[in-house]
Amino acid sequence: MTSQALILPDTPPQRLAGDLAIWFFIGAELVAFAAFFGAYAFTRASHVAEFNLAQQGLNRDAGAVNTLLLLTASAFVVRAVQGALAGRARADAVWLLAAIVCGIGFLGVKGVEYAAAFDQGISLSSSTFHMFYLSLTFFHFMHVILGLVILVVLWAGMRAGRYGPQDMNGLESGAAYWHMVDLVWLILFPLVYVIH
Amino acid sequence: MQYQSQAVAKPYFIAAIALFTGQILFGLIMGMQYVVGDFLFPEIPFNVARMVHTNLLIVWLLFGFMGAAYYMVPEESETELFSPRLAIALFWIFLVAGAATVLGYLFVPYATLAQMTGNDLLATMGREFLEQPLPTKLGIVVVALAFLFNITMTVLKGRKTAISTVLLLGLWGLAIFFLFSFYNPHNLVKDKYYWWWVVHLWVEGVWELILGSLLAFVLIKVTGVDREVIEKWLYVIITLTLVTGIIGTGHHYYWIGAPEYWQWWGSVFSALEPIPFFAMTVFAFNMVNRRRREHPNKAAVLWALGTGVMAFLGAGVWGFLHTLAPVNYYTHGSQITAAHGHMAFYGAYVMVVLTLISYAMPIIRGRAANSNKAQVLEMWSFWLMTIAMVFITLFLTAAGILQVWLQRVSDTPMGFMATQDQVVLFYWMREWAGLMFLVGLVTYIVSFFVKGEDSAATQ
Repeated sequence: MTSQALILPDTPPQRLAGDLAIWFFIGAELVAFAAFFGAYAFTRASHVAEFNLAQQGLNRDAGAVNTLLLLTASAFVVRAVQGALAGRARADAVWLLAAIVCGIGFLGVKGVEYAAAFDQGISLSSSTFHMFYLSLTFFHFMHVILGLVILVVLWAGMRAGRYGPQDMNGLESGAAYWHMVDLVWLILFPLVYVIH
Repeated sequence: MQYQSQAVAKPYFIAAIALFTGQILFGLIMGMQYVVGDFLFPEIPFNVARMVHTNLLIVWLLFGFMGAAYYMVPEESETELFSPRLAIALFWIFLVAGAATVLGYLFVPYATLAQMTGNDLLATMGREFLEQPLPTKLGIVVVALAFLFNITMTVLKGRKTAISTVLLLGLWGLAIFFLFSFYNPHNLVKDKYYWWWVVHLWVEGVWELILGSLLAFVLIKVTGVDREVIEKWLYVIITLTLVTGIIGTGHHYYWIGAPEYWQWWGSVFSALEPIPFFAMTVFAFNMVNRRRREHPNKAAVLWALGTGVMAFLGAGVWGFLHTLAPVNYYTHGSQITAAHGHMAFYGAYVMVVLTLISYAMPIIRGRAANSNKAQVLEMWSFWLMTIAMVFITLFLTAAGILQVWLQRVSDTPMGFMATQDQVVLFYWMREWAGLMFLVGLVTYIVSFFVKGEDSAATQ
């Protein structure tokens, strides 16, 4: 019997997309949101009827539109990252601009929702549900703003040709942060707006 | 020493250690008064000893921070200090003002002191940690502003690094938040609300930036790891610190009359405050493991690693123990708080100042590191003080659990003083641990005077 040489496919060494530091940061962010989601679920369990009633007052259509906006923005960010990886950073910077427009759209829709809520006299102290609704969505709102600032910096960087197949660290780090903001909304939206 | 003006740090460090000794002596007096109520009465009443113990802590840490900044900033900025003479003048002003204040506490009844120093013009006295008379408070502002001017001008004329930027942010924050000590509304809720803007936003906010920056500076020096790597971690740590620390102020607002939502905001965000401390520990060990050089100052490396671990335990874990609103409902203001306060201050701020002194003092005295003999003694002092502090914390925690149980959880709750009688054993054990701490501190001071062969030349 002849021994057979083991042939390994020629795979490049595993590479972490984005910086380790940003992943640590994203981990901490997710823990913060998880704590808030956990607190929401825990409190809701003992106030189901009250939560269900207050939930009726939320604008679910606005929430759905915002979900679409964030998902679309994330898809655009992926296109931009793929473009930079293929060496087309300058040309594909426009995808980031499109993502930024979607993000601003999210802030606009959320702003209209907030205005309506404040008109009805809803505040952090009006009910436990509204305390959670305002806290969770506003905490997330601030993250969208930070994510947009990062996207603007990345957009300028791509236009200046700063990223390419050899240097993806900054772009991938920022993109990962944006996807985290999106991911959190994908839990927040059903949890607070839909499930009853 | 790369820049002559770094030497102005030396008197600051010496004063810091001298006041540290005073703080520990008054701590021991108070610890004794817990078990022998009339010890040194009426010469040093408990409330005065407590005031001196806590105020000296703050003042010596400020001396330490200022000394550290004077040492670090010229080296980071690659230029001489803007004005070494101003730094020396401020040193004497601050020292005399500090000493006069402590003497005032000791020799003048507090109410008379308040009358003598113009408290009726602008009432700021009588609040825990902010007991200083008006002239002292104004003096602190003047010294802080002149100090910041000196440091900022140095940074502006030289190289700007992430470490000096974070340090400046911390120091400016320290000065700005102190201004809330002048705001003393009649409404007790508002009074407490803004009191925390000094107390909490100092120790769980801007001081942590100073801590991170000092630690990062020493780690760059002793490990030789790339500045880029260390700075990146510093950014992550300070962002986490600010997000959790600022909103985490809410854990003081549970039952003081602030809106109810603070119970949620305070609980969630302050529960996350251990994360940046954990990151700091991981960061310190990681950098030391990746070191590119063997620095001759082993003691400084030990202090740096110790800071990470003890800050995480004292500030992080012991803070988390009683930060959630339902837990704090029972533990508020008990010996659990005292346990946390002791280990957090020691682990985070005492140790980081000692880290910097340990690194910088030999260099200021003309050598890269102390002799092996002196370092061994210094490391002994590290272990004595650190282990003593672990014991102090454990005994106070035990006292706190028993206190909360007897006084607040029990179906037949006991009164405050009756409960104190039940936990007296733990107070005795704490006092013995305190003596061990003093032995460690004396060992530490002796290590400065131990001669022996110098390691290497200055770098």
